[in-house]
Amino acid sequence: MDEHTHNTGDRRELMMARSMCWHCQSEMAGEYFCDRCVKVQPVSKDLDYFSCFGLPRRLVIDTNVLETKFYELSRAFHPDFYQNKSDAEQTISLGNSAMLNTAYRTLRDPIQRAEYLLDLEAGAVKDIRTTPPADLFEEILELQDTLDEFRGSDRASAQASTLRTKLHADRTALEQRQREMEAQLLQLFGRWDALQDRGEVTEEARAERNQLLKNMRSILSNRTYVKNIVNDLVETIA
Amino acid sequence: MTRIVGIDLGTTNSLVAYMDTDTPRVISARHERGMVPSVVALTDNGLIVGDPAKEHLTRSPERTVYSVKRFMGKSLADVQSELAYFPYTLTEKGGVIRIKLGEKSYSPPQISAMILKELKLRAEAFLGESISKAVITVPAYFNDSQRQATKDAGMIAGLDVLRIINEPTAASLAYGLQKKTQGTIAVYDLGGGTFDISILKLKNGIFEVLATNGDTHLGGDDFDQVLTELILNEIRTQHGLDLATLPDQMQAIRLEAERAKIRLSEELQTTVTLDLPNGQGRFSRELTRDQLNQLCTALVERTLGPCRLALKDAGLSPTDIDEVVLVGGSTRMPLVRQRVQALFGKQPHCDLNPDEVVALGAAVQADILSGGTTDMLLLDVTPLSLGIETMGGVMSSLIRRNTTIPASAKEMFTTYVDGQTGVDIHILQGERELAQDNRSLARFRLKVPPLPAGVPRIEVTFLIDANGILNVMAKDMRTGESQSIEVKPSYGLSDQEVERMIEDSFKFAADDVSARKLIEARLDAGALITTTEKSLSDGSHLVAPEEVAGIRAALAGLAAAKDGTDPRAIRGRMADLEQAAKTLTVAMLDESLKHGLQGKKVSDVT
Repeated sequence: MDEHTHNTGDRRELMMARSMCWHCQSEMAGEYFCDRCVKVQPVSKDLDYFSCFGLPRRLVIDTNVLETKFYELSRAFHPDFYQNKSDAEQTISLGNSAMLNTAYRTLRDPIQRAEYLLDLEAGAVKDIRTTPPADLFEEILELQDTLDEFRGSDRASAQASTLRTKLHADRTALEQRQREMEAQLLQLFGRWDALQDRGEVTEEARAERNQLLKNMRSILSNRTYVKNIVNDLVETIA
Repeated sequence: MTRIVGIDLGTTNSLVAYMDTDTPRVISARHERGMVPSVVALTDNGLIVGDPAKEHLTRSPERTVYSVKRFMGKSLADVQSELAYFPYTLTEKGGVIRIKLGEKSYSPPQISAMILKELKLRAEAFLGESISKAVITVPAYFNDSQRQATKDAGMIAGLDVLRIINEPTAASLAYGLQKKTQGTIAVYDLGGGTFDISILKLKNGIFEVLATNGDTHLGGDDFDQVLTELILNEIRTQHGLDLATLPDQMQAIRLEAERAKIRLSEELQTTVTLDLPNGQGRFSRELTRDQLNQLCTALVERTLGPCRLALKDAGLSPTDIDEVVLVGGSTRMPLVRQRVQALFGKQPHCDLNPDEVVALGAAVQADILSGGTTDMLLLDVTPLSLGIETMGGVMSSLIRRNTTIPASAKEMFTTYVDGQTGVDIHILQGERELAQDNRSLARFRLKVPPLPAGVPRIEVTFLIDANGILNVMAKDMRTGESQSIEVKPSYGLSDQEVERMIEDSFKFAADDVSARKLIEARLDAGALITTTEKSLSDGSHLVAPEEVAGIRAALAGLAAAKDGTDPRAIRGRMADLEQAAKTLTVAMLDESLKHGLQGKKVSDVT
């Protein structure tokens, strides 16, 4: 599949605009190496992580392909292979490698991948939840109380031991909740990808797209909230 | 193409290795071991390094520096708890420890540079060419300051340090090259002063580090210390002597403790013996391996926490590890092997020499950098999270630990007050929430054009390069202009100071040519002493007693000269010794000819 199928027209234009080789000024600068002088080219800031790996912009991706491509590009960009090259090429190699590593780290993890794709599709939104999700409101407030009580207790006391048992149970329940949300997300990912595959431009497709984006965003931020609560809890009872 | 050597700058011993076509080899000087003890001593004839310096540990302990690696990138406050164990005097200047040797004070990078110079000279003598480029290894868990200090040491030694590489990953390169391993491996590296654990994925020549953890203050030295304490206490109760205040006695105890520990890796029981000072008798006690294990259990246990954390960060369980590789001299201890085996549930590999494998791996990395090896690539990680101090003294993390390097993060800064011309930035490294609980790396002031509050937009890029060292760049987003940043390290030498030390190093250690002459003279002298001593023990009956006495006197003269720094004096005493031993040499030659001829027919010899 063409790597740029999913790029918008604007993006394509931007890439064309920088497609002059920094070294020989040839118009033939390829994606990563100039077709004429073979010098490494700085990866365009406008190149999204999916395109960087030649992957379709989907939420479910083949991580084996991702890894193979990551290793291949690492061999192309890593500073180890630019030791005897010019300062300019060393700088490009360093920048490209750093970008590549960030891209790989982001796409390798399904949650980070989804957050990244959502930002691409609907713009970056700092949607950080500070209050518990509605369906967990009571539960989490109670948990906070228990945590405060535990923090203030004498760890050797019988009371602390009771609280600890309770906190362990809460942890199990919250982790279960987190897994449920991840399962829900996976299902939404599948629906999103299917919608993209169909490539419809109808009003219904648009509505479904917006609904999916909204749902995914909401579950993602709920999940992050619950995950942070669990981390805090684990740290407290450790 | 200029040759790049690989150097393992260890706490206890250091080595230099090179790539011999496609096989890494440790360079051992003529007649000597490949390992150079990481010891520097100030003698009346100047500074000496390695085996000869080691002899001064008990002779002039306050002027003999060992385990200097423990002080790299540290302030005095960091090492307060163990100051009592070091016989030399430590002070601090500009956040950097200084070690007093005679009239002068030296920073840890300067002392390390002396060891590096010794290795450089060895490599030059062996390879017959000038060496100016090197890859130097550091513990994976070294922070930015410690890495920078190591790089400074290289510069002071006249080496262009092309790469700082992590010890366990270096070991994995040597291991992977030899074994052609694929899969997930854990490298457990317990050296003289530091501990590292690294989990790697090896696939088609790519060595990808998944996670690393460790303790830069845990190693063989600590085992020696608990054993030293035990001996010290027993001498106190049995002989009523407190040797803790006598540096030479402390060193003698420490060295005997180290030897006993090493023996107990092979034997189940050994005898610890020490001559007490001023003819006050002798201390002697039996020590079993079980007793040593008991003393060291808590220390060995301390290595297991980092192992579990590394596994967790890699998202793996012990059963996911295909092979466990042991690196570092301290992994020879049976207790260590047992505990590692219990944790990972499999027998660890120790078929590569744990003392040499890191240097060999550094040589492999050097070959990759010089373009010789092209099929292997190491993708390492940064061991500690990097961040900046934000409002309220909280650390805001920019690059998480175990992120593959090179890694970068961008942060936008602006002003809070109209006309504000600067923003102070404090860079931190560590995993704790509060800035004060993490390691302060550096501070710098971002220059901002005087504008209404909130209008300036300065983008700062924090980039951790392939050495694991931080680089900071700033760009004014309004003008697109880059600004250079002068970063003031919290625990490091300033650029000017390093410059001055480079100049100094040329001043006090004469130029490289004469230094090499000295090394060669010392090596030749060592060889001559060894052969003469052997001749004396085999054939002293062949010559008159006066002859023997003359040889012994000449031997002593040469031994003294060998500790000095004048190659001509050494050569002169060598000539004296050869002259003094001439009669003996001739007599022994005759003797061996006579033996050789016995039982042979005349026709065979003519």
